[in-house]
Amino acid sequence: MTLLTSVFAAVICTAIWYKNAPKNDMMVGTLCRMYWGASLMWFVDAIFEYAELGAEYFTPEPVDMLNDFFLGLSVVALGMIIWVVVLLVKDPKGALKKALLKSKTA
Amino acid sequence: MACFLVPTAEAIVTTIASKVIEKKENSPEEAKKHSGNTENAGSLHVPFSRKLKWLNNMLWGGSALLAFEHVWHGEVVPYFPFLTAASDPADAAEMLHEMSTVGVTMAVLVSAVWLGMVAVSSVIEKRVQNTSAEDEKEAAS
Repeated sequence: MTLLTSVFAAVICTAIWYKNAPKNDMMVGTLCRMYWGASLMWFVDAIFEYAELGAEYFTPEPVDMLNDFFLGLSVVALGMIIWVVVLLVKDPKGALKKALLKSKTA
Repeated sequence: MACFLVPTAEAIVTTIASKVIEKKENSPEEAKKHSGNTENAGSLHVPFSRKLKWLNNMLWGGSALLAFEHVWHGEVVPYFPFLTAASDPADAAEMLHEMSTVGVTMAVLVSAVWLGMVAVSSVIEKRVQNTSAEDEKEAAS
């Protein structure tokens, strides 16, 4: 479920990135790569788990599924927080700089 | 248990490498080398340091999110020895086994996908360069 959630997040971000490409003012590409990196890593985790559990891997308990989904959503939220921090630190549009200068002069 | 440490270690290495390569690419000698190329070539060429940053993003992002998952499951704790498996020799052996199998596979898969991205971008760069060279030839004739 965590893998599925991160894959959905990665696909949605990639679609948003493609829609706005080649403009990358919002650094959506960074968010895409973060989610894709995590998805690939969880994919490997899933393969190893499948090798251990077999078909049982595809029939998780509802409680485990819910917990994994909750984890997946939390992971997506954390990824977005990291992205926002990187965006504000790098400030590609210079908006933060302008806003700070404006408040100084005002 | 601590599989995310392997991609993290790779991320540290690739981040240092990208910084060094970026410095080299921005040096005046490199700029001189590229100035001999055609006028458009510079704009069509994606610097290798930028491509390496794609890998950095995937490795750092993936490792950070996986580390959070380990915190969620209580495998990483905010006090020494930070990894719960490290306090017991049997668990530590299992952790090292997991790092050498799952962790290494994660790092290899992310790197392989990145290599694919680099290959695709190289093909696109070549295609664009060929098209612009043909356009220049046509304009000259």
